[in-house]
Amino acid sequence: MSLQESNRPMLLWPLIRMLPAKTELHFVGVARLMGFLSIVAVLGSLIVCFTQGLTLGIDFKGGTVMDVSTPGAPIDTAKVRNVLSSLKLGDVAVQTFGTSGAVQVKFQTPAGSDPAQTVTRVNGALTEALAPAQVKFANTSVVGPKVSGELFQSGILALGIAIFLMLLFIWFRYQLQFGLGAVAALFHDVILTFGIFAVFKLEFTLTSIAAILTIIGYSMNDTVVVFDRLRENLRKFRKASLREVIELSINETLSRTVITGLTALLALFGLALFGGEALRTFAIALIFGITIGTYSSIYVASPIILLWGVKSGDDEEPTLVGPAAQAAMAQKAAALKAGRSEN
Amino acid sequence: MLQLRPWKVVLVALAFVFGVIFTLPNLLPRTVSDSLPSWAQGPRLNLGLDLQGGSYLLLEVDTVALKQEKLTNLTEDVRRVLTQDQIEFTGLGPTSTAVQVRITNPAQIDRAFKTLSKLSSPMAGGGRDLLVAKGDNQILSLTAPPQAEATAVNQAVEQSIEIIRKRIDQLGTREPSITRNGATRIVIEAPGESDPEKLKAVIGKTAKLTFQMVDDSVTTEEAAAGRAPPGSILLPSDEAYYPSGVVVKRRVDVSGDALTNAQPSFDQNGRPSLNFRFNGQGARRFAMITSQNIGKRFAIVLDGRVISSPTIQSAITGGSGEITGNFTQESANQLANLLRSGALPAKLNVQEQRTVGAELGADSIRAGEISLAIGAAAIFAFIILAYGLFGVFAAIALVVNGFLIIGLMSITQATLTLPGIAGLILTLAVAVDANVLTYERMREEARAGRTPLLAADAGFRRAWVTIFDANVTTLIAAVIMFLAGTGTVKGFAWTLGFGVITSVFTAVLVTQVLLGWWFKTFKPKTLPIL
Repeated sequence: MSLQESNRPMLLWPLIRMLPAKTELHFVGVARLMGFLSIVAVLGSLIVCFTQGLTLGIDFKGGTVMDVSTPGAPIDTAKVRNVLSSLKLGDVAVQTFGTSGAVQVKFQTPAGSDPAQTVTRVNGALTEALAPAQVKFANTSVVGPKVSGELFQSGILALGIAIFLMLLFIWFRYQLQFGLGAVAALFHDVILTFGIFAVFKLEFTLTSIAAILTIIGYSMNDTVVVFDRLRENLRKFRKASLREVIELSINETLSRTVITGLTALLALFGLALFGGEALRTFAIALIFGITIGTYSSIYVASPIILLWGVKSGDDEEPTLVGPAAQAAMAQKAAALKAGRSEN
Repeated sequence: MLQLRPWKVVLVALAFVFGVIFTLPNLLPRTVSDSLPSWAQGPRLNLGLDLQGGSYLLLEVDTVALKQEKLTNLTEDVRRVLTQDQIEFTGLGPTSTAVQVRITNPAQIDRAFKTLSKLSSPMAGGGRDLLVAKGDNQILSLTAPPQAEATAVNQAVEQSIEIIRKRIDQLGTREPSITRNGATRIVIEAPGESDPEKLKAVIGKTAKLTFQMVDDSVTTEEAAAGRAPPGSILLPSDEAYYPSGVVVKRRVDVSGDALTNAQPSFDQNGRPSLNFRFNGQGARRFAMITSQNIGKRFAIVLDGRVISSPTIQSAITGGSGEITGNFTQESANQLANLLRSGALPAKLNVQEQRTVGAELGADSIRAGEISLAIGAAAIFAFIILAYGLFGVFAAIALVVNGFLIIGLMSITQATLTLPGIAGLILTLAVAVDANVLTYERMREEARAGRTPLLAADAGFRRAWVTIFDANVTTLIAAVIMFLAGTGTVKGFAWTLGFGVITSVFTAVLVTQVLLGWWFKTFKPKTLPIL
């Protein structure tokens, strides 16, 4: 590997020098295998989502979550359970929570009763049963059945609109085929993220919708970078086959993909470890999603363009490339071709 | 692009100064910034309820009850006008959508139609708010057209917001925000009030107070068996004397609208009571009723429950009076507050309630700060390790970016929520992407044989298109989250959206200025990232 074009001695810092200046990985070659794996993963996710279902949080299912603690002493969990079961609520769950001996109580409002009044009743009953200890309710969320249904609908609608607008944007900026590739990648990412929520039984809440929208944004961001290079290279190498141009474009943007992905993951790991209970699920979803998004822009979005083909000879104005650069590009393309024919 | 154009330098310097000035107030401890003169107190970040603690309530006006109540009132109006005009009728009563009445004497139908038509009034948008229709079998029915119903709901929501505002203001809670949400909903966000039960107690009561005569013609047992006269109704009572309730005339003699004041007080036995005062019209009506009915009982009804049914000892002409009932000092106080604020036009149902304790909020802020610090440190370390000197430039751009986001969020008072902090961390990570794209492009251009300056210049120029396209997608996602999301998600969208814009600005312009300076000063022969 000749990584150095300068005469200086090889240094370890900046680290970017360790990255090969030019990679010739045959992404498209393994695209068939990866495509197969992706299809299996997507189908698997769908099956898990539909058979096992998502663990919906109260945002989408309706009901109540509250954190109950008795400051100064660990809470009497058995008593809490007794009180709740005597109140005839639906689907009661009592979980110890955090480190300070608090419990998280979840229940469904019995049909026909008012959710807010039910909470008032439960608060009263718990305060009475746990006396003389002072009872604190740090965090209470109550979602009525009507609202939860609407929240779910609007959440799914938001995902749909986001994907649709992305398609329009890519279509407008590139070609329809690019848009289809990008949208296929988005569906891939969204479905797999849903699958991860189902498999690991992560609670699916409003924040999860925000996480998925962010993943959509990031994944598109990644895909656009590759597509941008693809468009540029399609204009430059009109003689080369689409497959070669795709391969070249992915390789050229690979170092950026790796560095940006690593930066995002680093920051998110910090968030998952230190962000506290409330942000953990969010951060975990984003970590998975960004990994999947990076993978899909390489192995899903571009190969799909290969399947569909593109309009040859983009009739937009050619980019300004100096003679030196042009020669270098031609050399590069030739080298790539030569490398391919040897295989 | 790398020439140090004055406008670029000025723009970057201004942005930096702007960011720092508006970020600073957030860095001072609350106690220090409060002691500063007011001109030096910049706006601080507007923390969401999940970070500062507080309650969020989503209320819905009970439109079914509102409609039912309108029909009940209409029924009483029909009874009144038909009786006044001496028209005989039977079978008067509300159905689920209309009020129906059968005119006994066919000859009177046309006159009845005219009389009832007078009950309607013209609406702002044309048409009348009540339709009278002749049916078979001498039946007349009165319905409200859909526009009239929509107007009624709209008025009810507006009125409810006013009344809730008055009621909550009297609680002394810190600046609650009360906003309309869609056609029938109201959102209350009360920071600091960590006891939503108190809030719910205040808004959960309609506080509809009426003075009605007691109907002594039937016993409660007879009324309970359904033999109450059509103009009377059996209501539950809070009085210990009347455990099975009190039969009252449906007609409302004076209602709570006529109150001008209500104050908690004590009766002659030292028990908590309530003093009230009527306005002129209410006082006259009350004087008339009491002088005509000496020796009879009247009932004071609150939200469909009799709170007191005293016997009228003498005419009350002064326009003020005292209600004694089963009060505690606190309930008398609360009722006085509710009566002063006015009655809600309809019942409000709590559809969603979220409460975060102030301590939990503080914990979340701490967790957010720690993960933000660690995330930022990781990003700085990584980018400097990866790109050396150029990494340092990127890190400086990132710092400016951080100042800009926090400064912008402070002056626009956009809400920072817990997911918003996550958005901030993610934004910093993705902001680096613009730098990475540029630097990678420079590397390619340099490898293609360009001089360092030309390569750097081409790097910026070529990467710009990609940076723009790539960030538009994130911006689209942020806008959708903002439009479709609620509460915490909206906060996340704000942060993400601001972040996208500022990070494109800093990663491109700030880095350009830094690089321009570096090229000018050191005239490098090679790029440090090769």
